[in-house]
Order: sequence, then structure tokens, then C-alpha cells
Amino acid sequence: MKEKYLINARIIDPKNQMNEVGGLIIDSKGLIKAVGKKVANGNLPSSVDKIDLKKQILIPGIVDMRVFVGEPGYEYKENFRTLSNAALSGGVTSVVSMPNTSPVIDNVSMVDFLKRRGRDKSRINIFPSASLTKNTEGKQMTEFGLLKRKGIVAFTDGIKTIQNPQVMARIMNFASQSESLIMQHAEDNILSAGGLINEGEISTRLGLKGVPFLAEKIIVERDLSFLEEFFCRYHVSQISSEKTVSVVKKAKNDGKIFSTGVSINNLSLNENDIGDFRTFLKLSPPLRTEKDRKSLVQGINEDIIDVIVSDHKPEDEESKRLTFSQATTGATGIETLLPLALELFHNKSIKLDKLIAAMTSNPAKILSIDKGSLKKGNDADLCIFDINKPWIVDKDKLKSKSKNTPIENRKLHSQVLITFVKGEIAFGRI
Amino acid sequence: MAIIRKLQAVKTEQDHLLGIQDLSFSKVTSILDQAKTFITLNKSASKKTDILRGKTQINLFFEPSTRTQSSFELAGKRLGADVMSMNIVNSAIKKGETLIDTAMTLNAMHPDIIVIRHQDSGAPNLLSQKVNCSVINAGDGSREHPTQALLDALTIINRKGKVEGLKIAICGDILHSRVARSNIYLMNMLGAKINVVGPKTLLPHSIERLDVKAFTDMKKGLDNCDIVMMLRLQNERMHGSFLPSPREYYEYFGLTPDKLKMAKKNALIMHPGPMNRGVEIDTNLADDINRSVIREQVELGVAVRMACLKIFCKKT
Repeated sequence: MKEKYLINARIIDPKNQMNEVGGLIIDSKGLIKAVGKKVANGNLPSSVDKIDLKKQILIPGIVDMRVFVGEPGYEYKENFRTLSNAALSGGVTSVVSMPNTSPVIDNVSMVDFLKRRGRDKSRINIFPSASLTKNTEGKQMTEFGLLKRKGIVAFTDGIKTIQNPQVMARIMNFASQSESLIMQHAEDNILSAGGLINEGEISTRLGLKGVPFLAEKIIVERDLSFLEEFFCRYHVSQISSEKTVSVVKKAKNDGKIFSTGVSINNLSLNENDIGDFRTFLKLSPPLRTEKDRKSLVQGINEDIIDVIVSDHKPEDEESKRLTFSQATTGATGIETLLPLALELFHNKSIKLDKLIAAMTSNPAKILSIDKGSLKKGNDADLCIFDINKPWIVDKDKLKSKSKNTPIENRKLHSQVLITFVKGEIAFGRI
Repeated sequence: MAIIRKLQAVKTEQDHLLGIQDLSFSKVTSILDQAKTFITLNKSASKKTDILRGKTQINLFFEPSTRTQSSFELAGKRLGADVMSMNIVNSAIKKGETLIDTAMTLNAMHPDIIVIRHQDSGAPNLLSQKVNCSVINAGDGSREHPTQALLDALTIINRKGKVEGLKIAICGDILHSRVARSNIYLMNMLGAKINVVGPKTLLPHSIERLDVKAFTDMKKGLDNCDIVMMLRLQNERMHGSFLPSPREYYEYFGLTPDKLKMAKKNALIMHPGPMNRGVEIDTNLADDINRSVIREQVELGVAVRMACLKIFCKKT
């Protein structure tokens, strides 16, 4: 591979507190050789080809901590190839895949399969997670140590929560030994039973059973109590309500060490968007009130919430063309994660550095992976975007195999231009 | 897929009765005025007209129903329509066909009206997006039951002259009740003041946002009311997590002569049926011809449904 010279970009790299106009050199192995304002036209030999980025923004490739793939078992919803294409067009270069496949990713042989498929069929970095319990049944814990040695970066039952407190306590106690990262989807099944949307005025009007905020809060509170006794690497996958933000804020102020995420959907939309029973907005956790949404925005601003995820969950048409209560939960989002997040910059809710950090350096730090930063020697995984490029989301133009985007026809104001993976241009929009 | 797109493309703008929430005041008035004319017709010797002659009405009931289904059937027949009632127990839906597939099949038979009852809130809305005829909601989940509310309004108007200015108490299991929701929207629109009364476990979240006052004390809730609307307490909710027992419920929320004293002397008792005597209502009160208009509700139900069928039937 020839060395590449990117110049005249606005470089934002939260990990290294860099926010300046400069350039980046990719060496012949696809690694970052140099970055910053010193990489400029005048300092480079005139003989080499340079890519002039014309002041567009260059950031580390996005790290998305919550993505559902579909392989194995649900290839008709999404496979590694379609996921990879979708991710790249959104500037995402690394994903953590959820274990809710068929069969479930709960043993060492499944990890080999995943890694092989991921390598052969996709161009992005797949960091597989494995389930916390066998077949995500919430009973028997998986082999954290062995799985971690095989390359599993995190453990989670994905769309499911460990309901049994004894099982959860033991998981946290045992996982500390292998320093495994535990990620919990916080939802008490008994409190949320039959629930379809946020419990409140809208659920009363639509006659749909609500999911109370307590279903989430009670699990987070329970797990944080365990964390005091059984310290481990603990992460709450997604929080959705103001009350949970308060719980997390208090715990962090008290010095507890853990991290939390939020879905771009809960950060950008609220329950009113469900409108006339739009099943694409049937999500878990559910979209809540505007007040809840604002508290989540505040959570990012105050570092209460560390990570923004797409919660990309492709569902085929047959799973969504049903009545609201019969339809499956979930929405696609990996392609629109960055542009939709940037809307929060455009409407002055969140500063640009904070947004970028929540999708690059913060998830990389939690996962303990060498991604999400423009450090010299790292793989040149890069995302270049135009912050002022209006476009309209058209579901037929999205690259994911499933079309269940929650923001169809929405006008967004930023667009990804080029995505690099390991120094190669993996996606380009001209 | 291609077929569905094509059908959607030729779909014309159609007026549906999906809920009171979508109705304008003038539409409500015209339904009620039309219904009044049918009350007289229904009492005459020859009850049949040919207003909907040549039209096809399909009743699609996914939930068991006696009074609503027979009321719609009779209403359609009295207007001269060809009425077909689909028996869902024997249909393909039980074999796994989705609502949309059923809708497409029925649509191919060119009906003019589909009357649907479904256990899922929003099912009539979904159906209306896919068919080429008018859809009338005969009750969906805990969302709406618009014709019940309209017949309740007609019953009140028949007895009290108007709804405006009246104080109405709706009592019982508000949480699961589509009748309560439709009545709240309609009676509010017509200018009544509404109290809802029930145990906290059966009052929906943020119910006050629907412009009602909520009470957990029946006597306070009934105070000075003109109308006492009782709701059915479904058997499956009587034990376990919502209520301790039917006995405790009757003690605090059953309509008894003692509690009824709090309402106005000439207050009317209503109930959408079927009743649980001795659980939500004292059996003598239910039969008191001076107070209870429960049978009149059933009678006027046919007239209201005739009016709805006439007004919402597909225009060609």
C-alpha cells in the first residue's frame, strides 16, 4: 500500500484533545503515521499525491457499542456484508455485535464462526460480545475467561436482562476474576410485562400497555448495589428516563465506577413520534417524554452518560407490518447514527467534541480496545464528514438489508463523505 | 409486495370511523341527528329501508361479542345492505394469517364497509391504511369504542335533552376500558364535565390529561352527578394484582342505593353491558326502570350504528 496524505482537514480527536486544522499521514501498513497541524502542504514533499479535504471534519472512525447483525440465524434481516456497507456509509468502522442470534453466541466455537464470517464478509472491525448466560436464559453463566481469551470484548444478554438477582450477583462476582466487561439491558420483566410504549399520557390515549420508568430504574439500582459488593467492569447498555439519569448521576458522584450508554433514538426522538401506531418506533427501552429526552441530553453534557449507540436492530417487513402489539421491537440506525447525533450539535444541545467522544474515545475506553483515537500507530480508521450537507433520509437508499428506520423522510444536516478502514477508502460519497 | 404497492396506489381517500378522537363536532352532530330519525323507523312496523341496497358490509370480529356484533348486523340489514359476519375462530387468521393479509383478501371482495373489533389497540387504523373501503371501529384493545360512546350520548340526549352542562361520572375499570376513553372524548366534546372513579390500580397513568377529574372515593366522585356510567369489571381482573376480591370491590366501588344518593335525584344509570350484578352494580338498581337506561342503550345502539353505516359507507 502506498502512503497516503490527507491535508487541510479540521481534525477532531477527543482522546488527544485535538481540534485543529491539519493533516494525517497513513503509512504503508495502513497505520496512522502522523497527525496534526504540522501535516500541511508546505511540510510535505511536492512529489506525493495529497488528498485535500477542504476543511471538512476528520474524526476517528465511529465505534458503535450496540449492533444486531443477524448472523447466524437471521440472515434475512441483516448479514455481515449488508451491515458492513451500512456501517461504512455512516462512518462507523467498529461495532460490538450482540449475541442474540440463532444459535446464541454463548460458546467458544460460535466465536470462531463469527470472527471468520466477520473477517470474510465485512470490511469493518467486528468486536463480538457473548451472552452472559447460556442461551440468554438468565440461569447458567457462560465461560467468561475462555470466551474473553478468544476475543470476546463484552458480555451481555443483549435484549434480555438478568432478572434473577442471585444469578446477577454471582456473575458480577465471578466476572471480576477475568476482568470481563458486563453490559446490562436494564428492564424488570415483571414490571414491563406486556408493555409496548412509555407509560404515560400517550399510552393512555393509544390504549397501549405502558412500560413504567421503574422497570429500568429498579434494575440499575439493584446492579449498582451489587457493584458495591462485587466490583467488576459494569456498563448499563441504554438508559431512557430522567429518573434513571438521576440514579446514575448520584452513583457517579458517590464515586462508583461504571459506565452508561444511551440509544440515539432515545436521545433524538420522544413518544409523540409514535403518532398513529408507527411500529418502526416500537423500541426497547421505549421512547419516553420530551422531559426524559432532555434529561438524557443533559446526561451527555454532564458526563453522566458516556456512550451513544445506534441500537441498530434490523427487522424485516413481516415483523413490522403487524398491529403495534404484535410487531417486533427495534429500529435500524447504524447509517444515521452520526448524522442524527450531529443534529444535537446543530440545535445547540450538545457540543461537538462531546458528541464525537461519546461515539469514539469513550466506547473504546470502556471496551478497552485500540480504536476511537487518532493515536500514532493505530489503524487508520477514519471518518470524514461534511457538517453542513442537508439530505433527506430515504429508506430505499439506505444500505441495511432491513428498512425499519425510525426517521424516514427526516431532513438531516450533516453527511459522511469518506470512511477509511485500516488506511483504505472503504466508502466514499462524491 | 408489488401487488400491495399497486393497491395502495389506487387507494382513494376514504372516511373511516376509527375513534371519537378523529371526529369533528359537526360530524358527531350529524351522526346523532341521523340516528334520531332511525329511532322512529326502528319502532315502526316495517323497519327495512333501501338506503344501502347493493352495498356490502363485512363484520370482522376478532373478539367475541354478542350485543355489538348483532347490533351492527341488524343495523346493516335494516338499511338494506348485504351483511356478512366473518367467524374468526374458523378463519385463516387462526392459522397464522396476518391482519394485513386478511385485509387484502377481503378488499378483493369489494366490500363497502368493514366493521372490525380487535383485541389490539390500533388494529382498525392499520386495516384502514390497507383497504379500499370504509372501516368502522367496533372496539379495539383498550383504545376506543366510538359507536358505544355515540349511543350513550344519544341515550342521554333522549332523556335529558342535551349533554352540555351535565356532570357525568364514569366508574370502574378505566384502565382497560375503551368505552371509558371514547366516552371521555365525546362527552368532553359535547360540553359535559367528567369525573372518573375507580381504585388507583385501575386508573390509567396521566388520566387527568384527558380533561377529567379522577376520584378514588365513589361518594365524592358521584357528588351532584346527572349521569352515572358503570363499567364492566372483567372477571380476569377481579383477583390478584389489581384488586383483592370482588367483595372488597363491591364494598368501595359497586353502585349501591347508598352511594347513588350522592348523585342528583334524577340521575340516570348507564352500563355498556354485560353486567356483573352484585360486583359493580346492585341488582335492583340495574332493573330500576326509573333510573336505569341500560336497555334503552341497547335499543338506541341499533339506530346509532345505522347512522354510522349510512354516513361512513363508501361513496361511489
